[in-house]
Amino acid sequence: MNTDLIVAVIVSAIAYGTPLVLAGLGELLAERSGVLNLGVEGMMLMGAVTGFFVSQQLGGPGWAVLIVAMIMAAVAGALMALIHAFLSITVRVNQIVSGLALTIFAGMAGLSSYAGQVWGIGGQHGLHQLTRVDLFGLGEIPVIGPILFDQDPFVYLSWGLVVLVAWYLYRTRTGLYLRAVGESPRSADAMGINVTRYRYVHTTVGGALAGLGGAYFTLAIAPIWTDGLTAGAGWIAIALVIFAFWRPDVLLLGAYLFGALSSLGFTLQAHGVQMPSEFFSSLPYLMTVVVLAGASTTLARRRIGTPASLGVPYVREEG
Amino acid sequence: MEGTTPATARIRDGVPLLEMRGITKRFAGVVADDGVDFDVRAGEIHTLFGENGAGKSTLMRVLYGFHHPDAGEIRLQGSPVSIASPADAIRHGIGMIHQHFMLVNTLSVADNVALGLRSSRGPLTDPGRVSERIRQLSETYHLQVDPQALIWQLSVGERQRVEIVKALYRNATLLILDEPTAVLTPQEVDDLFAVLRRMAEDGKGLVFISHKVREVLGLSDRITVLRAGHKVGTLPAASATRDQLVQMMVGHALPARDLAAETGATEGAPDRTPSDRAPSDRATAIESGPGVTVGAGTPVTPIPATPAAGAGTGAAAAAGAPRLVVRDLTVRGDRGADAVRGLSLEVRGGEIVGIAGVSGNGQRELAEAIAGLRRPSSGSIVLEGTELAGGSPARGRAVGLGYVPEERMRDGVVPDFSVAENLLLVDSHEPAFSRLGFLRSGEIRRHCEELVRTFDIRTPTLEAPARTLSGGNIQKLIMARELSREPRVLLVAQPTRGIDVAAAQYIHDRLREQRGRGIGVLIISEDLDEVMALADRILVMYEGAIIGEAAPRASTRASIGLMMAGVRPEAPADAGPRATA
Repeated sequence: MNTDLIVAVIVSAIAYGTPLVLAGLGELLAERSGVLNLGVEGMMLMGAVTGFFVSQQLGGPGWAVLIVAMIMAAVAGALMALIHAFLSITVRVNQIVSGLALTIFAGMAGLSSYAGQVWGIGGQHGLHQLTRVDLFGLGEIPVIGPILFDQDPFVYLSWGLVVLVAWYLYRTRTGLYLRAVGESPRSADAMGINVTRYRYVHTTVGGALAGLGGAYFTLAIAPIWTDGLTAGAGWIAIALVIFAFWRPDVLLLGAYLFGALSSLGFTLQAHGVQMPSEFFSSLPYLMTVVVLAGASTTLARRRIGTPASLGVPYVREEG
Repeated sequence: MEGTTPATARIRDGVPLLEMRGITKRFAGVVADDGVDFDVRAGEIHTLFGENGAGKSTLMRVLYGFHHPDAGEIRLQGSPVSIASPADAIRHGIGMIHQHFMLVNTLSVADNVALGLRSSRGPLTDPGRVSERIRQLSETYHLQVDPQALIWQLSVGERQRVEIVKALYRNATLLILDEPTAVLTPQEVDDLFAVLRRMAEDGKGLVFISHKVREVLGLSDRITVLRAGHKVGTLPAASATRDQLVQMMVGHALPARDLAAETGATEGAPDRTPSDRAPSDRATAIESGPGVTVGAGTPVTPIPATPAAGAGTGAAAAAGAPRLVVRDLTVRGDRGADAVRGLSLEVRGGEIVGIAGVSGNGQRELAEAIAGLRRPSSGSIVLEGTELAGGSPARGRAVGLGYVPEERMRDGVVPDFSVAENLLLVDSHEPAFSRLGFLRSGEIRRHCEELVRTFDIRTPTLEAPARTLSGGNIQKLIMARELSREPRVLLVAQPTRGIDVAAAQYIHDRLREQRGRGIGVLIISEDLDEVMALADRILVMYEGAIIGEAAPRASTRASIGLMMAGVRPEAPADAGPRATA
């Protein structure tokens, strides 16, 4: 393999990995608070369709339109997550059921497809697309230039968020409280921490990040809307959180690994390598199965940092 | 909250630190506390005394904001307050050491202490400064804790110290301790009491929740007795007697022998004689207890007396052939490390062997290994010639092992099954109860009714779900099921934990009766008083092995306590284990 090919693989791994980084960080925050959100796929789709619709409707400078579209995509994801938070935290519906219901409700042939039809954006060609920004003119540097300094703003944003979330978790007071809530809500409550509020906030912010991740598909990867275009990225994001032991830094690397698997087929084909495309397109899903199976073995479960209260509703007056 | 100093300085003479008036708390129709009054003065240790379920913990959980009272008023230093959450309680200078520690296992001591506090660095954590203050508090109150240690690495005693430091860090003026001694060795209890006295001298008010008479009399200034959600009375500890307190707790006098055994009043083993255990004497003791209905009429089990060696007199000395022999057993715990390390023991027919020790020294893993629920990594468990190690629970049952598990709700019964179904769980395949795979309901009913009657299981009907029974009745149900199978060896983990005094007494009598029948009984208990009252031989378990053996008569609490803390009985043995390890 020559250097060009390696760079091409890495660059496309980052492109395909970025929605996973965003949605994965969101899921990580929710799970750290003890809320399992299986609605990520639905939230990404809502973000994707909302972001694309807004970008098609608004006039004005391209960068402003895209920023508004991103914000609206995040809001769409957050609203969905708020439903999940209400159901699983306040009403204490089984979190798995609630999350699955949201994915089915908003997913393919659901609300996101309906919105796409009503808004009539199916088949439209996108008017705006996030483009690469050559930072400080460093994009010309061989190898590291295209990887580190010639990405679109979304990628830079995702890197910033990884650092921010890591710093938040391990260096701030609220981050410490968040970890305590996820590990032992009863202890946190006894120390005067508002468990319900922490869970609501982090689930909702997690949904916003999932919405952003979805919008990356329609605003950056390809400016077009088709039903179910996230193609399971939300599920991969959930697997990724486990793969990353609930740590943001590992999550970034894992996302790019999955991104590389997702894009490997196209990249190799573009460089003239002949392999059945079905093989490559199945890779990320195969990897997801492997990761989830591995994480489920007893040994792995003992060693990695699953928040102890994950999926368990907290009721003060019980026990 | 750091900075908001609770009004420590303004403690006025005459006005109690805390007044609770007419506190009532119901859970789904069941009254846990009914119009209870309680008050604490600055500088005193006020004990809440009563049985499990008397409403002690509920009352204090109301004070700490975990429960909202249905009626009643709380006043702090004379002014009425409303405490809606633990955050409110902390703000008012109330600290609580819960029975189950409120610690986050994956975080450090300093992080746990900092939870819920304002940080000097605004939104950022300030572990350095928190650690520094923890060290100061440790010194002032002689509470040894390492701020950097992770909670899961600490012993139970150390975790308790972290809890106390947490409360002190928040300038608590009123500290509640919910059964703090249950998990400690006798020496650790002494250390804890010294810390508590020092805090009282500092002018703090302390609420000590306990059901152990000896501790209560030794520590308290005043004692309030609760029974079934009602306040029975408050009396100064100086003028209270053991008998008086126990009578207030259970509502009637207990026979002297049982009183000592059930309430932890045993001091060494002063009043124990061999005749203490003679069956005739036992029966007399039960019947002499006025109003103790549970044991009325020496119960007749459906079990024919096993004509094995050692049966008859029930005297400990007459123990028969070894029935259960455990050799060099090593069992891995949940964390992956060995929880039982090369343990050997022997149980003979007609004796009760008691395993004492502080919780978490491998007792649970040992019990699970013998019961076939946990696969040992090496060693053997032989029950009358049959190897049980590595087998299934069914193999042990087949050769006569009866097992009463520690977690009776989880491992002992199916909570949503009826009493009858639970009584039959392990025997449903017996020809007497099923024919061609169909259950014979008439036979089953007769069998269950007999068990319920002979074991005095208090249940409205045979169809009532097991979860609706009290802890004591669930334990009786499990005992009934296990004993009806005529075991050769009976393994009982934590026989009476969380059970009311009357039921505990009943279960103790049943265990002694099994010894009388020649059955080998192995009990594992964290309650040293219970082990001392029941066992013929006491084995002390420490870090997965038997550290020493004691006969209850000859031994004092202190020497067993030392073994529980890891001190080997004979000093010269020091070189032994090191050399072989």
